[in-house]
Amino acid sequence: MNAHEKSDHIAAYVDQAAALLGLTLAPEHRPGVVASLTLLGEIAGPLLDFPLPETLDAAPVFEP
Amino acid sequence: MSDLSHALAALDATGLAAAIRARKFSAREVVEAALSAIAQRDPALNCFTSLTPERALADAARTDGQIARGEDPGPLAGVPFGAKDLFDIQGLTTVAGSKILRGRPPATRDAAAVAALSQAGGALCGALNMDEFAYGFVTENAHYGPTHNPRDLRRVAGGSSGGSAAAVAAGLLPLTLGSDTNGSIRVPASLCGIFGLKPTYGSVSREGTFPFVDSLDHLGPFARSVRDLALAFDLLQSGAPTLPTLTRGMEGLRAATLGGYFAQNARPEALAAVERIADALGSAGRRAELPGSELARAAAYVITATEGGHLHLPHLRERAQEYDPATRDRLLAGSLAPAAWYAQAQRFRAYFREQARAAFTNGADLLLAPATPCAATEIGQKTMVLDGRELPVRANLGLFTQPISFIGLPVVCVPTWPSGTPGEGLPIGVQIIATPGRESDALRAAAALESAGVVSAPTATGKG
Repeated sequence: MNAHEKSDHIAAYVDQAAALLGLTLAPEHRPGVVASLTLLGEIAGPLLDFPLPETLDAAPVFEP
Repeated sequence: MSDLSHALAALDATGLAAAIRARKFSAREVVEAALSAIAQRDPALNCFTSLTPERALADAARTDGQIARGEDPGPLAGVPFGAKDLFDIQGLTTVAGSKILRGRPPATRDAAAVAALSQAGGALCGALNMDEFAYGFVTENAHYGPTHNPRDLRRVAGGSSGGSAAAVAAGLLPLTLGSDTNGSIRVPASLCGIFGLKPTYGSVSREGTFPFVDSLDHLGPFARSVRDLALAFDLLQSGAPTLPTLTRGMEGLRAATLGGYFAQNARPEALAAVERIADALGSAGRRAELPGSELARAAAYVITATEGGHLHLPHLRERAQEYDPATRDRLLAGSLAPAAWYAQAQRFRAYFREQARAAFTNGADLLLAPATPCAATEIGQKTMVLDGRELPVRANLGLFTQPISFIGLPVVCVPTWPSGTPGEGLPIGVQIIATPGRESDALRAAAALESAGVVSAPTATGKG
């Protein structure tokens, strides 16, 4: 997927996910949201690729 | 400068309370001097979003009455203090740096942390500026304006607790409260050249504060001395007191400097500051690794955007245009993020905690790392160059703080002076990281460094 296709892909996701959540994005906010989600996806990418053991618990309420 | 205004600028909270208890000054005189200094200097600094002079004077009158009657006025007797704008202050609307919350009713009581300092004798002077909803590292707030760094007014104070840090660095208040989700105490402490404590996750009650990211939010104090940090922390927490441990110095403690991720993407002055601290703690050359730190930062970023976005979803549906543009797009994007990203980030948290445990069990009680990759950047500056790469300022000032708060470790941020002369040039902070619940270890190291003159937080009186 090239950068242009990826951006279209994320823009389509943003529109669908926003509709699912009942969130109406103002046209002037949409490019910034697409850019922010693109960045978030780039940051999350290597994290998702990291193989975690199946037995590892999540830590939503964290107890150090 | 009068004796009193000199004392206000020079003394830490402990020293000021002692002077008030010894009747050198009345609490009322001290609070009036603080309010006067704020009126004179804050227009150029923009630390405060609200002032509470009536409250401060009433608190001072209570202290003076207690002293006159021979009662114990508390360890913070008459000490002027302030709290980041996300702590509830009775009678004020908590706006958390936003426009959206302005229409809410005033808080009916103080946040638990504010109440604790108040009950100890502190005189509350006002609410302090921040990035909107604590989502940022620069305190360039679109609604309330930027907070200026007292060390150089053209530069940012850091964020998101920028007003809290700048007020202490400028000598307007000796003690303030802030919050830290990804570095919001440690980044402004570093850029303003003062001490900051981000305690262990969960050790200080967040009751009565406006939340940001439940999984990562911490509260803590800023001060110009280590003993003030310890005193304030002991008032906020319910564990064993840390203040009596400070005299023990580094006895029995070993520090190691974090390599890998924490030795890259930093300006030379940030790495040199860590080396100076390591030398002074007798740990020069001792290294430790924290594998997975880059992914920890990524996971903290994902959790922040997702939980923050979710928290704000009701307002984003109705009033997105009223958000600070710097905050809005990231919250909107976070509210839409796929669940798989969030779930992986939460599971990575458990994994990374084990990496940190291993780093500590390999012989170190304390880990050292830069607090920020550089000293304060200029207000309005968009990018900075780190290791030859041009990177956005806003996203990268918390590069070294995010992986640490991600797993809730306690950190004391200590101020160093690359110029070699405390108070001259721009400061930069170093993180002293301890194991969970061992704030006293980090505070003891900070106190040893302070005694040796290696770290210090002189008041910025001249340029502010």
